[in-house]
Amino acid sequence: MAHDAHEHNHVALIWKVFIFLSIVTVVEVILGIIKPASLHLTSFLGTSPLNWIFLILTLVKAYGITWYFMHMKDEKKWLRRSVVWTSIFLIIYLATLLLIEGSYLNEVMTPHLKWDY
Amino acid sequence: MGATAASSDHHSWDDDKTEKKPFESSYGKMMMWFFILSDALTFSGFIIAYGAMRFKFLETWPIADEVFTHVPFFHGEFPMYYVAFMTFVLIFSSVTMVLAVDAGHKMQKNKVAWYMFATIIGGAIFVGSQAWEWKTFIKGSYGAVQMHDGKILQFVNAETGKQIAIGSEDFPIERQHSDRAQHQSDNGLWFTKEGSLPAYTIAEVQDAFAKNSDVTIRTEQMDMTAKKKQILSREDATRFLAQGKQVVTGANLEVNEYGNTLFADFFFFITGFHGFHVFSGIVFNIIIFFNVIMGTYEKRKSYEMVEKVGLYWHFVDLVWVFVFTFFYLV
Repeated sequence: MAHDAHEHNHVALIWKVFIFLSIVTVVEVILGIIKPASLHLTSFLGTSPLNWIFLILTLVKAYGITWYFMHMKDEKKWLRRSVVWTSIFLIIYLATLLLIEGSYLNEVMTPHLKWDY
Repeated sequence: MGATAASSDHHSWDDDKTEKKPFESSYGKMMMWFFILSDALTFSGFIIAYGAMRFKFLETWPIADEVFTHVPFFHGEFPMYYVAFMTFVLIFSSVTMVLAVDAGHKMQKNKVAWYMFATIIGGAIFVGSQAWEWKTFIKGSYGAVQMHDGKILQFVNAETGKQIAIGSEDFPIERQHSDRAQHQSDNGLWFTKEGSLPAYTIAEVQDAFAKNSDVTIRTEQMDMTAKKKQILSREDATRFLAQGKQVVTGANLEVNEYGNTLFADFFFFITGFHGFHVFSGIVFNIIIFFNVIMGTYEKRKSYEMVEKVGLYWHFVDLVWVFVFTFFYLV
């Protein structure tokens, strides 16, 4: 009996996660279409608050998919850590180096761009 | 080895249940996780390279809302709607996949088969949409002029700032040239040919521009406070247009009417690589679907294979979440 209830809860959980992911996507799309000036044209920590919102919502979605659809939640702690920590560390590392490099190239190149004919 | 020969009832996967397993996970599932880890790093390498080039060309990067504005069967501009639909389809196919896995745990063969079927259909709709998105992007919407130094000039209404298509009624172009012969590989330069002749020559566009005083030019340069592309005055625009090299329509790996060619290169490469993953995911799902129908996993008393392809399928969805953000949102 208790076993049945657990299984039923699992299906209910899948649908809950789906509804949550859909709502997050709808919020992203609405913000992407409207682009409120107060979020889009201001700057916060190097980029617009709108970009930060998109980035955070993306990570929330990624968490939902990995934890509940891929069942990472139910894996052993060290399987989870070996996959999640490795990827997060390497991705942040590479992103930091390459984005710094990209802005440096921009700084060096921009004064030489011709916009006057 | 000896065991399999000794008895036909004994299978290697029976051993799996009694052996001690690292992370208490089966070999196949753990390997799928580490494959996904390496594939995730490959994708992040591509997306971060895109980010680096975007940072480099921050002031001239195309605005995605102005690039992807089409929806099949509808005219007009609807930024985001179609790609939102695609995202939704992929998330939903992830749901049917995880429901198939769940039904597999309960050994419900028919449910697994139906959910797998729904997942395959969802994947096919996604790949079809992606193909349509590519087709639209390659075909282009307005046309533009490329300058000798590679910059792109787009035509806009001088008052409203709305983009107008070259040769449309707002910007009619008189054809002055007689069609020259298309350059085939068997004539002219040996072994080279051209895809198609441009619809208009640069001289015709310059001539039409002088006659249409309500048309002006938008450059790639962005006003970083308003986050809008710079619109030139008529006088400036004439001088810019005098430097025009060719009329371009649509986007490909060499030229892009929407702006920086790198945008098109990365778009084709990353969404292409992702689309290839979706395609191979569909193939895996079809194979597993037939195995389910034939009762392979019923005999095996375990639907773990469904779980493994499920992991791959969710990963494809996971990558799309990031592609969606970095190509369409930020």
